[in-house]
Amino acid sequence: MAKPRIQPLGDAALLVQLGSRIDTALNSRAHAVAAALRKRSGIRDAAAGYASVTVYYDPERTSYRSLAAAIPKLVAHPGRVGPSGRLHRIPVTYDGPDLAEAADQLDLTPEQVIRLHGQPIYRVFMVGFVPGFAYLGPLPPALHLPRRRVPRTLVPAGSVAIAGAQTGIYPLPSPGGWHLLGRTPMRMFLPDSDPPSLLRPGDRVRFFPA
Amino acid sequence: MEPVLRVDKPGLQTTIQDLGRGGHRAYGVPPGGAMDRFALAAANRLVGNPDGAACLECAVSGPSLVALQSCLIAVTGADFGATVNGEEMPLWTGVFLPAGERLAFAGRRAGARCYIAVAGGFGGDRWLGSLSTYQLVGRGGLGGRPLKAGDLLQPAAAPPHPQVAGRHLAEPLRPAYASAPRLAAVRGPHFDRLSRPARTVLWKTEFEVGKDSDRMGYRLEGQTLEAGGRDILSIGLAMGAVQLPPGGNPILLMADHQSAGGYPVILGLGRADIVLAAQLLPGEHVSFTETSVLRAQDAWRGLRAGLETL
Repeated sequence: MAKPRIQPLGDAALLVQLGSRIDTALNSRAHAVAAALRKRSGIRDAAAGYASVTVYYDPERTSYRSLAAAIPKLVAHPGRVGPSGRLHRIPVTYDGPDLAEAADQLDLTPEQVIRLHGQPIYRVFMVGFVPGFAYLGPLPPALHLPRRRVPRTLVPAGSVAIAGAQTGIYPLPSPGGWHLLGRTPMRMFLPDSDPPSLLRPGDRVRFFPA
Repeated sequence: MEPVLRVDKPGLQTTIQDLGRGGHRAYGVPPGGAMDRFALAAANRLVGNPDGAACLECAVSGPSLVALQSCLIAVTGADFGATVNGEEMPLWTGVFLPAGERLAFAGRRAGARCYIAVAGGFGGDRWLGSLSTYQLVGRGGLGGRPLKAGDLLQPAAAPPHPQVAGRHLAEPLRPAYASAPRLAAVRGPHFDRLSRPARTVLWKTEFEVGKDSDRMGYRLEGQTLEAGGRDILSIGLAMGAVQLPPGGNPILLMADHQSAGGYPVILGLGRADIVLAAQLLPGEHVSFTETSVLRAQDAWRGLRAGLETL
């Protein structure tokens, strides 16, 4: 494990970068480090990214310097890495407004896109952007597309979409630049539960045509 | 508990806010809470509440409220011309509002958001540990929405005893609000991606707060900035972080910011300077000056020390 890069994010948060790849082992480590940090005194919150951890601390109870000294040891030995998570099977009606165009750009038929999208068991790398939005991957390379050039101002809740090596489900109506392949009736944002998200980091997801 | 105030006019966007919710960023939930956390804490202290009790945050214009029972209130933050029964009311001061009297606002003079505290704090819907209104998901505060005419505001608790009117935070102890502040910022994790000319623009020019700026963030318009390097994997973000999307117009993230993102983060404001940013409206200006983590923390401590006089 290379030494992590630690940098400030304002005066009460810092970013720990573990690497720059989408990688299951790196991501597991990031989540384990975040979980360990959340238990430390002076830490208000910690959130893992793909290969990073953002740490929100109380400078009256701990210092940037002491955290920066302690974190590399924690990254080297983050303790038990959580279980691989629950498996969710999610039904999708593949009638998205971008399905035909995405297939065209990928040199595939819409049927091939649907089949490829439903093949892997995806990992929840992180949840963020809006409440309950899970970043899922890796997507089969044959489906990699850059984001839409002009993002939509409003993507309906439940839209199932792809971008780059990622796929995801919009939990709420929100702006978005991913390609919309279809929609699911399953609710991703669970405001009356804690945590308020169906999908949690480390969970696994498989799509099937409804 | 009996309602303490009745809303006759809600103002442009008045919401219940406290110091926000921590611990749920890993599920995409932003911190939320008051944009100006100093003004909220000060308002609470002036009426004898704990720093994090829920207040009303009023954006751009104030509400018109009638006391249903006598109560101790304070108004801090922006100056919207607060009045009690038509008479000018002192800001940053604990004031006794007798039953039947009206707190109203003559109009904005300076700043973007004012805070109204009541002794005992405002009650509301607690969501994930906070009373803060989060409009995107319609949770917290009063039904997850801004106040509307006819709403009855409940106190969260009985007022603390004894109730002391006349507590005051002197002007030198308040933040140096301005319509074109120079904000002290720490270099962000991706600052090094900025080209040399972009760094000059960043430190030497003014940016205008864009029209579509809100509780999520401010779009900063002006000369565009250029950043190089490969795509960034999404990271957890923070209030006060300045992101740089491909168009080159930076975005300053505020209380209801998206919890994660994949644009370069070029700056991070300290807490004392987020407070100054919270009082800006679209069309006003900001510039940036470099600071360090320790100096930014000292600036916040200096500001907080003023509250200890209350």
